[in-house]
Amino acid sequence: MDALLQFLFSGLTVGAVYALVALGFTIIYNASDVVNFAQGEFVMLGGMITVFTYQAGLPLPLAAVVAILVTSAIGVALNKLAIEPARGAPVVSLIIITIGASIVIRGATQLIFDKQLHRFPSFSGDDPIHVLGATILPQSLWVIGGALAVFVGLWIFFTRTLTGKAVLATANNRVAAQLVGINTGWVMTLSFGLSAAIGAFAGVLVTPITLVGYDVGVALALKGFAAAMLGGMGNPKGALVGGLLLGCFEALTAGYLSSQYKEAVAFIVILAVLFVMPQGLFGSKSTERV
Amino acid sequence: MMSKTTTALATLAALGALTGAAQAEIRLGVSVSATGPAAFLGDPEAKTIEMLVEQLNEEGGINGEEIALTLYDDGGDPNKARTFATRLVEDDEVVAILGGSTTGTTMSILSVAEDEGIPFISLAGAISIIDPVREFVFKTPHTDRMACEKIFTDMQAQGITKIGMISGTDGFGASMQAQCKEVAGDHGIEILADETYGPQDADMTPQLTRIRNTDGVQAVLNPGFGQGPAIVTRNVAQLGFEIPLYQSHGVASDAFIDLAGAEAAEGLRLPGTALLIADKLAEDDAQYEVVTSYTEAYKAKYDQDVSTFGGYAHDAFALIVDAITRAGDSEDPQAIRDALEETSGLVGTTGTYSFSPEDHLGLDLSAFRMLEIKDGDWLPVE
Repeated sequence: MDALLQFLFSGLTVGAVYALVALGFTIIYNASDVVNFAQGEFVMLGGMITVFTYQAGLPLPLAAVVAILVTSAIGVALNKLAIEPARGAPVVSLIIITIGASIVIRGATQLIFDKQLHRFPSFSGDDPIHVLGATILPQSLWVIGGALAVFVGLWIFFTRTLTGKAVLATANNRVAAQLVGINTGWVMTLSFGLSAAIGAFAGVLVTPITLVGYDVGVALALKGFAAAMLGGMGNPKGALVGGLLLGCFEALTAGYLSSQYKEAVAFIVILAVLFVMPQGLFGSKSTERV
Repeated sequence: MMSKTTTALATLAALGALTGAAQAEIRLGVSVSATGPAAFLGDPEAKTIEMLVEQLNEEGGINGEEIALTLYDDGGDPNKARTFATRLVEDDEVVAILGGSTTGTTMSILSVAEDEGIPFISLAGAISIIDPVREFVFKTPHTDRMACEKIFTDMQAQGITKIGMISGTDGFGASMQAQCKEVAGDHGIEILADETYGPQDADMTPQLTRIRNTDGVQAVLNPGFGQGPAIVTRNVAQLGFEIPLYQSHGVASDAFIDLAGAEAAEGLRLPGTALLIADKLAEDDAQYEVVTSYTEAYKAKYDQDVSTFGGYAHDAFALIVDAITRAGDSEDPQAIRDALEETSGLVGTTGTYSFSPEDHLGLDLSAFRMLEIKDGDWLPVE
């Protein structure tokens, strides 16, 4: 019993990391149908910039805020410099541009910072919390709480605010959105800035657990993308549930079956789900998107 | 008349000496993975070799000849490593090659070196590089198998016979896992649990819970490098393990203690080199001088701490310089190879090297030192 609980704690911790990355995908996807493969790099930047500003002597909360703001600015710059000039290009080209951007960001990071792994202290210490014979670290609760907070924030943003609806309208039909007076260029800028900020926020939360180096973004983006696909691309609820499910699959497989197969089982489950529900668990049923 | 001839002869001789000096440089080739996924290996290696070449040339080179270094960055890609090795031999006409940060890139360079008859000192770990012995291929790092043997010897001394293993699935972890399983029986060690994790995994508590719930496990061994071992160490502390944890030489660096946290890493043991305890070596230690001068010079030049991997490059360079000095002919790769094979008792940062026709690694278990983390610092156990 305590073993099961330990596996679930592990699954929730890892799953919340995936969920945070997956949530970052949603805004840009909702605004432009583009899957932003530089999202993992935003997470990495959040961690790396916090590490170096913290080492430079800033208090941790301030370092985190600096990291989120700088990363957000990089997201806006990515939109202005790479995505906007290619405005008329098909979505696939834009996705390839984001892959290129991720390589550039990774290369620049290893030149500007370094190639070592880094970490900063957990927010509430490292003393594990004991629950019925299982243990969980306080930082895991921060990550799970952070994922929930971002989820609630995005949910309200997309369903309750005019700006959020403008973002959705832009994705649905850019010309029509412009006709009803939505500044679609501004919506794109906003969505890249917000996505980058969410990514950096994720990086700040997960670094004490996962550690950070210039090359951690790729693996994070891949898992986050898988989680988003499982839950349904573009839906914050899907990102949250998809991430947590993926984490729990992995932990339970590693715990009960074999750690050799943990990733294989997780991906087989994703394939099975997508086979039955191609839009993911909570994906919209619209058929006009290809 | 007589004096005129002498002057002419002297002028000729002087001219000859001048052109001779201009030509006399020793062309040394290096291909390491200074960027890319193996950058943590190749970056300190490249920096070390650049620093040492600079130092040597300032001191007048080898027998008055300076070293002309050609350094390529293969980015950890075996295909690029092969291209660069070929270019080093054909275009740059080097007399020896150092490098091959990973086993993959080493295997590419190795075939070129063997075909062209150029001595090559590899900086990678796998035992297959020097077993079977290849005529022109040598290497400086210990093998994984030696690390396993060192760890198991220490376990035996502690009366540990049953262990659980948790290994990374990256090349290093997988290779060492296989080697450890092969030699465990020789040391009376039984592996009761054998778990793995992906190199980028964030939490290993499920695997460790399985090990903890396996009856009779007396110690945990974690072959791997990168962030995995740091996370395993933190998870072991989180789960409150009462049994000792052994890590591999792959994480033997001060940075590891920072990543894992001094509290979580307390009491952990691993086989490391003298480099890690440079400040604690006795002055009469055979490696004291070479280790201290290398760590001080590196720190002064790059403002970074040395790593075991930079140490491998340091030793490879020391070996080739020693061989060229003894070979007497800096133009003949065959003579350099022969001199290299006769290396005896060369003290490096990793250990003391003595090559023979049967042994192109030249280190024994004594090169490893069993270290324990105590109050956030390394402490020699023996």
